[in-house]
Amino acid sequence: MRFAAFSFLCAVAPASAESFAIAPGPDAESALQEALILAQPGDEVVLAAGRFDIKNQLSLDNPEVTLRGAGMDASVLSFKGQTGGAEGLLVTGDDAVLKDFAVEDTKGDAIKAKDVNGIAFIRVRAEWTNGPDAGNGAYGLYPVSSTNVLIDGAVVKGASDAGIYVGQSQKIIVRNSRAAFNVAGLEIENCYYADVYDNVLTDNTGGLLVFDLPALPQQGGHDIRFFRNQSFANNTKNFAPEGNIVGLVPAGTGMLVMANSDVEVFDNDFHDNRGVGIIIASYVKDTEDPNYDINPRRVHVHDNHFRANGHDPDDSEFGGLLRELFGERVPQIVWDGVMPIWRYLTVGQAADRQHSLHDNDMGDELPYGNADFIGKFGLTWLHGVSFDASEHAATLAPLAPVQVIIRGRDVSHKGAWAEIDK
Amino acid sequence: MKAILAFCLLAGPCLAEVNSAAILAPRPPKLLSDYGFFTDLAAGQADGQMVPYHLATALFSDYAEKDRYIFTPAPAAYQTEKTLEFPVGAAIIKTFRYADHKVETRVLVHQEAGWKAFPYVWNPQGTEAELKLAGADMAVQSPKGTVAYHVPNANQCKGCHVNSDKAFTPIGPKVRNLNTGGQLAALVAAGVLREAPADAPAMPQAFDTAAPVEARARAYLDVNCGHCHAPGLPADTSGLYLHWDESVPAHLGIMKRPVAAGRGAGDLAFDVVPGDPEASILLYRMAATDPGYMMPEMGRSLADAEGVALIREWIAGLDH
Repeated sequence: MRFAAFSFLCAVAPASAESFAIAPGPDAESALQEALILAQPGDEVVLAAGRFDIKNQLSLDNPEVTLRGAGMDASVLSFKGQTGGAEGLLVTGDDAVLKDFAVEDTKGDAIKAKDVNGIAFIRVRAEWTNGPDAGNGAYGLYPVSSTNVLIDGAVVKGASDAGIYVGQSQKIIVRNSRAAFNVAGLEIENCYYADVYDNVLTDNTGGLLVFDLPALPQQGGHDIRFFRNQSFANNTKNFAPEGNIVGLVPAGTGMLVMANSDVEVFDNDFHDNRGVGIIIASYVKDTEDPNYDINPRRVHVHDNHFRANGHDPDDSEFGGLLRELFGERVPQIVWDGVMPIWRYLTVGQAADRQHSLHDNDMGDELPYGNADFIGKFGLTWLHGVSFDASEHAATLAPLAPVQVIIRGRDVSHKGAWAEIDK
Repeated sequence: MKAILAFCLLAGPCLAEVNSAAILAPRPPKLLSDYGFFTDLAAGQADGQMVPYHLATALFSDYAEKDRYIFTPAPAAYQTEKTLEFPVGAAIIKTFRYADHKVETRVLVHQEAGWKAFPYVWNPQGTEAELKLAGADMAVQSPKGTVAYHVPNANQCKGCHVNSDKAFTPIGPKVRNLNTGGQLAALVAAGVLREAPADAPAMPQAFDTAAPVEARARAYLDVNCGHCHAPGLPADTSGLYLHWDESVPAHLGIMKRPVAAGRGAGDLAFDVVPGDPEASILLYRMAATDPGYMMPEMGRSLADAEGVALIREWIAGLDH
């Protein structure tokens, strides 16, 4: 209640907020960091147009501070000569709004937000300017362990793991953004309630990823919607440093769903990804976490458009496997077929875990394949791929839209959004 | 006040008192001398109300030596789980120096609104230190060569000094790390700690080879990593927990895969591979100096050769 009252006051009396103007120059870094420390709720830190050479990680801990520039190509924080700190900008204060600037060439992640309630990335660019390289930082935009996350109109290029990566968070909207030349374009990992829509993913190794991983503070990712995204020609060779789970993604992956439950994928366009349109898979490494479910559940893929995916799988571990199983006609949607062995041998997938694939526009493509990894890697005498999508005919209700609240306003509504974006 | 201090500096030790108003002031004093912690700043002579203390195992900070003091209006209650809780009005101060060259003094003050941290950077003469809210960078001579020394800004302080409620907290004064050489009893006598039970837990000195490697390694990891790598703390999203009380092998990194390490994984698959230190990401990141993936992320520009050797020995000896 107190919070709502404060927001109202802000709306009628914006003049009370302080603005810190930062111009490029030799003292810009300390001036900027000092402003980020001194700024109080409602204050703005404003970057002039130009290039800012930053040597140390920047950080923002006070709540409700806006950091904005003159545009994602105009105000550039360059970390090319970074000597300290693991990321470019670390945000630990609630309800930060970051907009209209770029972060380039950080040693580690570009912008990380940890443990915040409310964070907005608006028309922010994160880029490694040398292009795909295993030496680039892992993540471009990296909200983690947070609630109420908005990413809108962002551009991310060159991340050696995921360009846009939301981890262990809840209530997330990622929209109108573009990710290119990253290993994973856009990844939602161990999250609850996310809407990912109107994004463009191209020239990554994989376009869209939704993962759940074991032994983490938040796991059991669920209720994630992907719609009206374009994921095409994500054919960049995987350049992730070894040891990272994303290193398994074969080039040309339109989308990968791994070990998540309740994922709805609709009205998207997947085309010209050389490996596969969508692969629905179980966690592939071993884990001893008793609270972790390795299998994806209730993945609902409908009303998408697929063309020319899977015509040339690469020679990576999993690309090679797709090629071995399906040749140069990989189905647009592939399921690994993994389930508990006793079910595999008897009654099949449990009814309350089944996926649903329907009404996808596949043209002349091969629509669906079951790769039968249990047969392939275990009971080899039983192995056989199959192509009958009717094994995923569960009736799954649409997932509910996600509501994201930033500074007391529901940014999924246009009017409230305009308030934040003024 | 300034005149008195100037007089003290000229005349040597004098009877100025610790300035409690400065500790509680919302705006920190510009100069370290304004707190009255020292009767002779240049000589490092602390006021009689300041209680010196040391830790069994200290955080590695580019080989800097550290002088630590607590000022507290009342003793902290004994507890073994977390950092000792000192009352409002308390201050913990730590001076980083190389031999007699003082670099910075960090002042943690407990105000009504919680703990705050303020870094003070010394002048070249070592006679006064000035508040640097945005931190500072300087080249400093250490016994191991030139160090690119970084004084953290106030936010960076909170990067480590934060508890699971996101509140600023001191890290060092924990019973298990203070319980060395009869120090607990001395702290009770000095009015810093309420009691010192005989069965108080103790961590070994990490480099005292009389103690078993396992315990020394765990003490080193607790002090150098556990303030972030523990449940509820800044690095918990990794699932790697290195605090003293952790017992689950996977959380200690044993055959645990990295989550969001990026090139910090160093082309390696597991955090700790028993018997194979060189295949262990933990060791790789401790030995690194690239700010993109070295661990800890902050507070050093050199690798801790002795610490790396200790963790190597520990991993090599783990059952496999």
